[in-house]
Amino acid sequence: MTLAEAAAAIESRFPIARKIEFRGETTLVVARESIKAIALVCKAELGFDVLLDISSVDNFGEEPRFEVVYELYSLESGAHLRLKIAVSEDDLTVPTLSDVWATANWHEREIYDMMGLRFDGHPDLRRILMWEGYPYYPLRKDFPLGGKPSDVPDVGFTKVAPLEGGPFVTLPSQATAKDREPRARRP
Amino acid sequence: MAETAAYDSKIEGNVIFTRLDAAINWMRKNSLWPMPMGLACCAIELMATASARFDISRFGAEVMRFSPRQSDVMIVAGTVTYKMALAVKRIYDQMPEPKWVIAMGACASSGGMYRSYAVLQGIDQLLPVDVYISGCPPRPEALIEGLMRLQGKIDTEKSFGEQKRELIEELSI
Repeated sequence: MTLAEAAAAIESRFPIARKIEFRGETTLVVARESIKAIALVCKAELGFDVLLDISSVDNFGEEPRFEVVYELYSLESGAHLRLKIAVSEDDLTVPTLSDVWATANWHEREIYDMMGLRFDGHPDLRRILMWEGYPYYPLRKDFPLGGKPSDVPDVGFTKVAPLEGGPFVTLPSQATAKDREPRARRP
Repeated sequence: MAETAAYDSKIEGNVIFTRLDAAINWMRKNSLWPMPMGLACCAIELMATASARFDISRFGAEVMRFSPRQSDVMIVAGTVTYKMALAVKRIYDQMPEPKWVIAMGACASSGGMYRSYAVLQGIDQLLPVDVYISGCPPRPEALIEGLMRLQGKIDTEKSFGEQKRELIEELSI
């Protein structure tokens, strides 16, 4: 089944908020409530047997604030399909897909850890990168790069990292390595 | 002939006179068993230091021990994240006195280029560091230089007073 056929099959059975075609990539923006049903169809009927990645986006200042992006892949046809759902800040729950693709387990834990979205029905929703008991979600846009001080059992401290005028960024250009190297560049 | 029985010329060459501190420190500094706390790319240089070309065993520190209970010096080589900091501290606590710490490279010394919420800004916020080595990562020569500096430092220590320094600090409160 080709990518176009798969996308059409989903469109015919589920309400699609937006369909984006860009450079041969197809993205379907769907409702949060229907993502589980779509995932089951994708895996069982449309041949998307691999979940490559789940990521999340923080569109700070917009509503709905968060997006969750699912990258599906079919080993048989080689087709990539991207599914997106929007998540409002008022209700941060997302249905888990860990019972559809087992690999979703750790991806969802990472999103919970970094972005603070909670996955309904996840068998083991703990932090995966930061330590147990860390109070913040560091990949959110309103979280400073240097961190916030926190009082954590066993660690006992985290301090704000000194940025010394940073963050340090590179300049993509044809200039010499010396001019391209990371420096504190104020916009 | 009681006088000749007390004097045995055969052992004369095997007797030396020295201070106890000097003798103990000489033994300690020439047999430093490192705990390789390799956390990032500095660990690659640490391994290179141990291998044939640079050969840290010339300085008596080739016996990398992966058990803290057999180690003398912890070489913190790499980026210490807050999550790992707990484990580093715990391993340090398991090392028997006397113990020393080398902060190898920019990250272990100061957080390096990782000015980030996740990275401890220098292992000296947790452990008493004896020698800092600059570089990102430092060359094996720099690590050997740091080791020699540590040997120099051990030479000047009071071997018994320093041995239980944590215990003594606790008792004097």
